[in-house]
Amino acid sequence: MDFFVLMLAIPLVSGALLTVFGECDWAPNLNIIASLGTFLAAAGLTAEIVANGPRFAFGEQFFIDSLNVFFVALTAFVGLTTSIFSGPYMRNEAEHGRLTKPRLRLYKSMYQLFMFAMLAALTTNNLGILWVAMEAATLTTVLLVSLYRTPASLEAAWKYFILCGVGIAQALFGTILLYFAAERVLGESGNALLWTHLIDVKGQLEPNIMALSFIFLLVGYGTKVGLAPLHNWLPDAHAEGPTPVSAVLSGLLLNVALYAILRCKVLADGAIPGDFAGKLMIGFGLFTLLVAAFFLSRQKDVKRMFAYSSIEHMGLITFAFGMGGPVANFAGLLHMTMHSLTKSAIFFAVGHATQKTGTQLMENIRGLIRINPLIGWGLMLGTLAILGMPPFGVFASEFMILTHAMKHYPWATPVLLLGLGVAFAAIFGKVQPMVFGETEAKRLPHAPAITPVFLHLGIVLMLGLYIPPYLTRWFHEAARMLG
Amino acid sequence: MSSAIPFSAQLINLFAAVILLLAFAMLAQRRVVALINLFAMQGLTLCLSTLVVAVSTGQSHLYYSAGLTLLLKVLLLPWILHRLVRKLNVKSEVEALINIPTTMLVGLVLVMIAFNVALPISELSHTITRGTLGIALAVVMLAFLMMITRQKAITQVVGFLSMENGLFLAATSATYGMPMVVELGIALDVLVGVIILGVFFFQIRDQFDSLDIHHMERLKDN
Amino acid sequence: MISISGLLGQAFAILLALVLAPLLSGWVGQCRAWLQNRTAPPLLLPYYQLQKLFHKDVVLAHGASSLFRAAPFVVFGCMVLACAIIPSLSTDLPLAPAADAIALVGVFGLARVFISLAAMDVGTSFGSLGGRREMLIGFLAEPALLMVIFTLAMIAQSTSVATIVETLAHRELVIYPSLAFAGVAFTFVSFAENARVPVDNPATHLELTMIHEAMILEYSGRYLALLEWAASLKLYAYSCLGLALFFPWGIAPGDDLLALVAAIPLLVLKLAIGGALLAGIETINAKVRIFRAPEFLGTAFMLAVLGLLVRLLLESKV
Repeated sequence: MDFFVLMLAIPLVSGALLTVFGECDWAPNLNIIASLGTFLAAAGLTAEIVANGPRFAFGEQFFIDSLNVFFVALTAFVGLTTSIFSGPYMRNEAEHGRLTKPRLRLYKSMYQLFMFAMLAALTTNNLGILWVAMEAATLTTVLLVSLYRTPASLEAAWKYFILCGVGIAQALFGTILLYFAAERVLGESGNALLWTHLIDVKGQLEPNIMALSFIFLLVGYGTKVGLAPLHNWLPDAHAEGPTPVSAVLSGLLLNVALYAILRCKVLADGAIPGDFAGKLMIGFGLFTLLVAAFFLSRQKDVKRMFAYSSIEHMGLITFAFGMGGPVANFAGLLHMTMHSLTKSAIFFAVGHATQKTGTQLMENIRGLIRINPLIGWGLMLGTLAILGMPPFGVFASEFMILTHAMKHYPWATPVLLLGLGVAFAAIFGKVQPMVFGETEAKRLPHAPAITPVFLHLGIVLMLGLYIPPYLTRWFHEAARMLG
Repeated sequence: MSSAIPFSAQLINLFAAVILLLAFAMLAQRRVVALINLFAMQGLTLCLSTLVVAVSTGQSHLYYSAGLTLLLKVLLLPWILHRLVRKLNVKSEVEALINIPTTMLVGLVLVMIAFNVALPISELSHTITRGTLGIALAVVMLAFLMMITRQKAITQVVGFLSMENGLFLAATSATYGMPMVVELGIALDVLVGVIILGVFFFQIRDQFDSLDIHHMERLKDN
Repeated sequence: MISISGLLGQAFAILLALVLAPLLSGWVGQCRAWLQNRTAPPLLLPYYQLQKLFHKDVVLAHGASSLFRAAPFVVFGCMVLACAIIPSLSTDLPLAPAADAIALVGVFGLARVFISLAAMDVGTSFGSLGGRREMLIGFLAEPALLMVIFTLAMIAQSTSVATIVETLAHRELVIYPSLAFAGVAFTFVSFAENARVPVDNPATHLELTMIHEAMILEYSGRYLALLEWAASLKLYAYSCLGLALFFPWGIAPGDDLLALVAAIPLLVLKLAIGGALLAGIETINAKVRIFRAPEFLGTAFMLAVLGLLVRLLLESKV
């Protein structure tokens, strides 16, 4: 059996199964098993690509190379750990009466379909299907954000749907323009949206159309990445949805949207003289970083705060890819990995912490280290990691981005340092009393799943200290593809 | 005056202009039911223009595309929306945040911007209906304007769907249609989106006792 | 060169306008009555009314100046001139060089100024109210009408009405999307200018809503007859202008007497259909508040500008 087909089929089939049988007792286990299966298939696929090089699937409609297989592996991994985490988390929520059985069923089936949509978006070769899959990923998560059916969560989901819907419509216009440009070169065959065909003729694409197309694509997919000033939906959706959803939104969906931009940037770079696409991304990236950093200090809700931290990091990553070149791309990819792992670990810890204390307001969360030392330490270490403290991998990638910026874009360095500094002060000042401090909270009925938190942080720590040579090779390969 | 433009292209241009006209009519419309009917008419015009493109270029997949438009945007979606309006007892008056004449003026400015943006691209195009790209962009922008200036959830959705119409117009008239897989995917997404929204409306109404989105202004950064 | 057929056509056009205009008003009234399930007044009612009014004595207000007495003649003269330069039957009109499309708008404007001044002349409150409202409507309608004319002038590369109609009527079939916009805008403007239903109600004497009726309240006898005749001429002029610009088929080219004769029944037919449509639209619409009128005309202006833009974008390379 083909690993690739398995990887797409497992979430699709299990999503359908969970829609029907989602209220059975074994459903949570099926969710985890399906995620495990997806992860194993993705791992198999990764091994295959690393060994044999790029390949196609389903004719030329799907294409896997070292760039997207890296995202596939990351997505499948975080998908697996999040499903493990969500088992006890969701049971606790049901116990608290915040969720009913039908809603748990909805959650599980949508979770699997969401994974399917993201994996399809990552592996497709057709930029049209990429758009369709991105839209599908939005649709599957809209109902997840409003899972609690509270007024606030409905508002968040509505905002999410409308803003992302509008954004993604812009991306479709960009895709149409791209097709318009490609059709002139490739003719009216169905190949004019296939990335592998486009990349061969990228020099012949009409620069004016490509420039306009890239602007629309950047704005469109950028809405999903959370680039300022289109980031409004992101904190709401993260804060009001269930924590596992926040974790996958932050850790995975943002990455996938950024991946879509990267694929388009490669084409735009080939077509437009001058570093047009790169400059746009640098501008958006820096602006996003600054906006997010200054909003961070005003947050009272812990999940909102970390959502803003995600926006900040997405800004930084966009900036890195905007600089371009092997080093910056390498750093960007590394930072994406680190951010995914760390941020989802933080959301796991935060999820348990808010369940224990029954509130998301930071001023009411105190003394986590007493209630549950593991959660307390998990949150503290995760925060230190995301803030870029030295032994962790985030430090390595941020350091690379900074030094590269210093060398090639010296004017940007103070802005970067300002953003990172403000973010550091804001987050650390708020997390510290949450972890240490006095409290009187009760135990939870179901023991929290702590393993994913430390698994992620462990990997981040390891990557900070030592990146295995095959991983470096792989990153280099992917960075080179981005030009 | 020459007959350099073939008749089919003139028809397509005419339909494109009618779609733009309908987009403005939607912007000026005060009644929800009439708004949905206008949306259906826009869909029908889009379907006709796709048909003309299909006949004149002989691209068979455009027939399916036209059929899909007819089924989805002229029959199914308006029907769903009408049902929703009836079931939810939506008040018939559309409430606008900015008064309608101002909205129209802003819309006019948007059309000028859209035309200006599209002009250099239209000149490069070899397709006979290049002008429609500017109109499509204008329709997208007008729909966008409608979404930001209207207070009712249902009008926002109609705006969203009208935006989709503009995009389809761009795809069919300016580029003679996207590959079939993509069009099918887009249609599926739109349909699923509207169904999800239908579910969503009921949830919103249960929580807020209204489909007015100004109730939903609690989430703010402060 | 002024040809015999040109002179004949011109004379015919003016005569036909004078004769047909009250008939058109009567026809619209009759259609309206049918559509509203009322017993229709006789088709020739406007003629009877004109005859009756011409035989009545004039009663003048004490403060009426000579302006008040001159205004009906000026207004009537303007409308006859307008009817003369609008190519209703043929495009070969010796009077056409007298005024191009822009001046035509000016002729309508002149009539408006005089009737408004006359309405205020006597100093009654209703007269000034009507005059003010008329000026408001005119101030909003004129730019829209001009924009419509500019769009057409761009197509024909000329501002002469006769040339525009000539170009539009005798070309190969080309679809101008901009004409769709211009046509809708023109319809809006005509409704407002002729005091038809969404803006004004020609049949009303309800004090607070009337515009046109308020202005002519002080007139009687032959002055009133002239003004009523002028009003129906205005409706006729607008109808003919609309038909000539947007449905120009059948209008005789230059010096062709046969075509000129053939054009007459066609024009009557087109006017009959147009009048019925007008009555239909008036029946299904409700009169809007006077404060909504600016919105109505603003929409017309915007549509006309859109038409111009569409012309630039879609058809510039035609």
